[in-house]
Order: sequence, then C-alpha cells, then structure tokens
Amino acid sequence: MTGLIALPGTRPSEVAFIARANPVAKLAVAMVIPIALILTVDPVTAGTALLLEILALPWCGVGPRRLLRSGWIVLLSAIPAGLLTLLFAADSGRLIAGLGPVTITAGSLTAAAAIALRILAIGLPGVVLITTTDPTDLADALAQVLHLPHRFVLSALAALRLFGVLAQEWTMLTMARRARGFDTGFGRADGFGLGAARRVGGQVFALLVLAIRRATVLAVAMEARGFGVDRRRTWARPSRFRRSDLAIALGGLLIAVLATVAGVVTGSWNLVLT
Amino acid sequence: MLNRPALNRTAGSGAAVQARGWGWRYGTRKAWAVRGLDLRIEAGERVMLLGPSGAGKSSLLAGLAGLLDPVESGGDEEGELLLDGVPARQARVQGVRAGQPLTGLLLQDPQAQTVLARCGDDVAFGLENHAVPADQIWPRVEQALREVGFPYGIEHPTAALSGGERQRLALAGVLALRPGLLLLDEPTAMLDPDGADLVRESVAAVLAVTGAGCLLVEHRVAPWLAMIDRVVVLEPGGGVHADGPPEVVFAKQSEALAAAGVWVPGVRIGRTRPASRVQASNGGTSDPRRQDAGTLDAGTQREQLLTAAGLAARRPGQVESVVQDLDFTVQAGRALCVTGPNGVGKSTLALTVGGLVAPAAGTLHAGQSLDAGAGPDPITWRAGELVSRIGTVFQEPQHQFVASTVAAELAVGPARVRGRHRPDPQQVAARTDELLERLRLTHLSRANPFTLSGGEQRRLSVATVLATAPRVLVLDEPTFGQDARTWVELTALLAELLAEGAAIMVATHDQELVDELGHPDLGEVLAL
Repeated sequence: MTGLIALPGTRPSEVAFIARANPVAKLAVAMVIPIALILTVDPVTAGTALLLEILALPWCGVGPRRLLRSGWIVLLSAIPAGLLTLLFAADSGRLIAGLGPVTITAGSLTAAAAIALRILAIGLPGVVLITTTDPTDLADALAQVLHLPHRFVLSALAALRLFGVLAQEWTMLTMARRARGFDTGFGRADGFGLGAARRVGGQVFALLVLAIRRATVLAVAMEARGFGVDRRRTWARPSRFRRSDLAIALGGLLIAVLATVAGVVTGSWNLVLT
Repeated sequence: MLNRPALNRTAGSGAAVQARGWGWRYGTRKAWAVRGLDLRIEAGERVMLLGPSGAGKSSLLAGLAGLLDPVESGGDEEGELLLDGVPARQARVQGVRAGQPLTGLLLQDPQAQTVLARCGDDVAFGLENHAVPADQIWPRVEQALREVGFPYGIEHPTAALSGGERQRLALAGVLALRPGLLLLDEPTAMLDPDGADLVRESVAAVLAVTGAGCLLVEHRVAPWLAMIDRVVVLEPGGGVHADGPPEVVFAKQSEALAAAGVWVPGVRIGRTRPASRVQASNGGTSDPRRQDAGTLDAGTQREQLLTAAGLAARRPGQVESVVQDLDFTVQAGRALCVTGPNGVGKSTLALTVGGLVAPAAGTLHAGQSLDAGAGPDPITWRAGELVSRIGTVFQEPQHQFVASTVAAELAVGPARVRGRHRPDPQQVAARTDELLERLRLTHLSRANPFTLSGGEQRRLSVATVLATAPRVLVLDEPTFGQDARTWVELTALLAELLAEGAAIMVATHDQELVDELGHPDLGEVLAL
C-alpha cells in the first residue's frame, strides 16, 4: 500500500514543472489519455502515447528509480497481459513459432504489443500523479478548484489517514490472537479451509469494530472543531489553477489527440466495440 | 512561550453554563446517561467534574460541545443546556458563524483526534471551518503551537508524533479557536507522566492568559488541583451529589469518591495486600513476606522461567531494534516491572517476552519447567502451546476479544490449549465461574465484550488470560485509563498471583504500580 499511495504527510518538495502543478491538472492528464486509449487496441496509438509520455517525463521530476518503486504494479500487470495475449490470442497472419496448440503469429504479436503498451501508457500518468501529489493537496484542489463538496472530500482525506492506523491495528490483532491461542497464517495447527476462513473473518470483524470506534471519535473531534456546520469555510492552503496548469492539461489532451491521429493515419486504430 | 496576548478574546472572557433539569439518553440505550441536572458555572470558572463511571460526565461535555442532537442520533433530550443563555447545540452553529466557538473539546484518545497529515494543517482545520480569513490562519496556528510548547514545525508529519505530542497538537487545534470554555475529557489518561505534565502545564498557561474557563473530567485528581476552583460530583442516574471548593468536597466526600474510583488527594490507595499476606503478617514475624516465601515450595519460588541474554527487540515489521543488550530473568513468584517514557520500547519488549515477536538479536529462552516439551524458544511455539505457558494482556483490551459473550470469551483459551496441559470441560467450567466471580463479571457473563465499559473490558482481558493458567503473565500498560477502583482490584489480583507462584512482567509508566509491584519484596524494576 505504501508503494501505491504516497503516505500522507510525506510531501516531497517538488521542483519539476509538472510535479508541482495543481493536482487537478495532473488528474486531467491522467484521465484524458486513458479515455483515448480505451477506445482502441492497437500498438501505434498506445505506442505513440507512451513515447510522448516518456518524452514528458523529464518535466515530471520522477527519476527511474522512484518511478519503478511506485509503478511496479503497472509494469507487473503489463508483462503477463502481453505474454498471455502473445500465446493465446486468435491466430492471424504469418506463423512465427508454434508448439502444439500454442502458436505465435504476426497477428498475436501485434495484439500483445498493443495490450502491453496500452497498459503502460494508461498507467504512467496515474503513477506520476500518485508519486508527485500529496493527498492533502489533492483534496484541497478537488474542493477549491473543482468545487466538489468539501465535507465529502475532507472526510475522505481524514479516512485515508486512518488507513495507516488500521495496518498497525491488523498487526496487533494478529499478535493478540496468537496470544489467545490462534495460530497466525494458514496451514498450521488447524489447517486450511473453513476454520481458517472463519478465523480471518473474525479478525476482519474485530478490525471493523475498531475502525468504526476510531472513526466515531474522529468525527466527534472534527465536529467539535466546527466541521459540518453549513457555513462557507476558508482555506489555509489556497489551491489555484494557473495558466501553467491549463497548459499541462492541454498537453495531456494533445498527447491523446496525437496518439489517436497516428493510429488513424497508419490505419492501425480500431474502435474496441466494433 | 506566551509572549502574545489572545487574538480575539480579551482576558477575563469565558462562557457561562446553565443546565436546567437537563437530561440525555442515547438512542441505543434504555437508561438515561444524565437526568435532572441543575448546574450553573460562571464564565471563567475552572471546574473539575467527578463521579463514578456511568454518571454521565462525558455526555455532559459532549452536550456542552453541542454534539448531542436528538434528530440526528435518535437520542432523547429533556430540560435545557445553555451556554451564555443559548442552547448548546445552537451555540455551536452560531459559534461557527461568528468565527469563534464558545467551547473547545479535548478527548482522551490522542490517535483518534488527529485529522490531517501535517501538524500545521491539523491546527488550521478548526480555523478554516470557522471561516477565519486565510491570512490570519497561519499566525494563529504558529501562536497556538507555541502556547502548547510544541517542538516541531508546521510541516512535521502527524504520523511521526508520540501520544503526548499528539495530544498537545490536538490541544493547539482547540486553543487556536480561543474558546471561552475548555471541555477536557480525561486528556492525560493515555499519556506518560512527562507527556501528562506538559499537557497540564499548557492548559494552565492558556487558561491564565485567555481567561477562559474549563470543565475537566479526570480520574487522577491531584496533579490538576492547583488550577481548579471548584469540584462538582455527579450522581449516577442524574443530579449533583456534591459541589464546592476542592478542599471542602474532598474532605467531606473522600470515601464516596474513592468508592467511585476517584484518586482522592491524600488518600493512599496502594499497599493492597492479598488476604493471604495479611494473615501471614499476623504470624508475628517482622517481615510478613519473607515468612510467606518460606511457606511456599522453595523450588517454585525462585525458579527462572524465562532468561533473556543480550536480548534486542524490534517492532513487528521493522528492521531497527528499539531496545538492545538486555539481560534479565523472569522468575516464578516475582514481578519484573519495565518502565520508561512513551516510545522507549516497553510494549515491544513485552510482546517479545510474550512470545509474539521474534527477538531482533540475542536469546529469550524458556526454563525447562516452562518449556515442558515445546522447545526453548517461545516464538517457535504453536499458539496452543503458548496459551498455557505465557499469557499476554494487551494495552487495548479490544484487540484480544474473539467471542460474542463474556462467558464464551473465557472458554476460548482453555479449548485452544494443546498437549497435556489441556483441562477437561468440567475444570474449564469451574475455572470460568471462579474467574467471573473473582473479577466481578458474573452479572455480565452473557454481554458482548465490545459493549463493556473500559474498566470491565480491562478485567475481562485479564480474566481471559488467567483462564488458561499460564505460569508467566505479561501485561502491557494494564492500568492505562483505569479508575482508582479498577486499579486497586488489579494490583491486588496481581499480588495474589505472585503469591500463588506466577511470574509477572509488566510494562508500565504508572509510577504507583511500579512502587507496588517493583518493591524489592515482590520484584525488580527494569528501567529502559
């Protein structure tokens, strides 16, 4: 989890142009490119988008190591998805290699490349958004720039902070259960199956009870400090959508358009639904 | 630290409280939490609110904070609860509209009060809700943090705070709003002595500067006395039992208050010796405990059940050790008190000794009689082997509950025991009944453990561990947040267990508990 969500409170002091942009601009990019890529499965559109994204990376301020650390799950899903398509997609075109029912043809090679590139091109802007955006800043932007209801946004933000606490609670529960005579993990004293499932279920229930209790106290503390009263609140951290942010959002749109044009011009673009 | 005057409120301003026949019943309960309360508190008065658990102290604070809403929560309200003449709920809304609340509420659990990820943002949260203009927010945040002596800057992550620091941060978040009345609901119950002192000093300093009043609920009375004008004792079921200056109330009511679980100043509640020791002392020797030791089987008295050599302990999932190079023994019939400030590694050491976390370095070996065929390393024991050998009582009782009734909770442990220690069903039933009786839980045997009060949950968590009769008992902050009555019962029980030959390790920063169990006659102190 820590790899996926930048832990609340760890605001990297971003200097790169895109990294320090308003979160809404980054969010726009991370939404418009996937929309263009979801429409089609072809290697040219996805490849062009990925290429342009990689060209923009230097302005994102995310080095290869940091990218890999938070984006490994995207990479991890692209590789098997591509491989499976390569081996099992419907045959078409020239036969390149074959072993019994498993064949690799020119058609399946194209499809595999399209699938893998598409996952990477869709995932990359999201990974950049997550690694360079502090959750508090994102919430500020959602409420102030997009004018989403602040009660909802701030409650979600407070809940996100409790997530880390829940991970600690789970560890404590696991140990407390060992102390009560329940082995941890599967396959030990009581074996697999129903018993183990029931034990994990019980622990999940206990975690929920603790979570609700904490959330209730937190809600009381928040209300006592004036949260939830129907009055226009002020913002200690103003979130502004500047011209540079607009430029970044438009840049994302440009990538989506260029990729689609490249796909259409080369005749590679094909609407998924047809 | 207090180099600037209050921003909005001038000295001498506070909020007055008026309760007229006020009562509140939670939607899920049959009984009223408070009923028929008549009380007047002048602006700026510093009042300590006492009474047995269930007298409705916390409900009164929540009501004054404007948080009890019959429409939203389905509860029932009767009578009036006014702040400066305005119903409390309405006062909350008006306070937000006016940019300054009449009340500020500080709760017991530091962890559950942190709203945001960075310290400055957390303090700013209330100011934003009260629509304080953005340019005034940060100076007020800085000032509030200075007032509570907060050691970090506004960018510091709240995740890295200790309990005491967290509580001071929450206090800063309340103070930044300059409330006229501070509502303090056991604000230091979960803090170590140093952390509690700092919170108390901050409160006293701020009250002096702002002229605000306070309404304080706290079991441990003495440290707060210097700043209190008046004591109000609530009656369970409704009404005021006693009211007046602290010295008068404590002089007249000391017995009733002590029975209600209040640490009455000047009344020493420690030195609770179990009956067997009292009888032994009647034997006429100068030192009753020595004689006591003599009557026990010498073999069990000094037996080393666990031996730590060069032991280092680390928190689960972490690489760095928090404590290192420890050598100690856990002996039958002796208590080992591990002390030290918050965060020093007491709990981690307790979990390690409890066979729940593997040692980071060094060894923790069980003696032969404790091992009994399970092997020398407790961490490698199966859970069913562990329960009959080492029992661990967690800081948070709720972590340990696995059954749906109190009686079932006590039967769980014995049924998990593996090997020749396993008791037969009749023994289990007898032991369960005995424990219910001994820890005053019989009337609750069919209740759900999660619905019990804090003191009842603590007693149950101890009882569940005793149900499997382990030779070694490990307790992590067993007296945290407990009232004086539960404290006395718990200490007496532990002393009894020692007399019966059990070994006890307790991780605590409760100095009175250390005085009691760490006394050379009963055990040793290991200061981290």
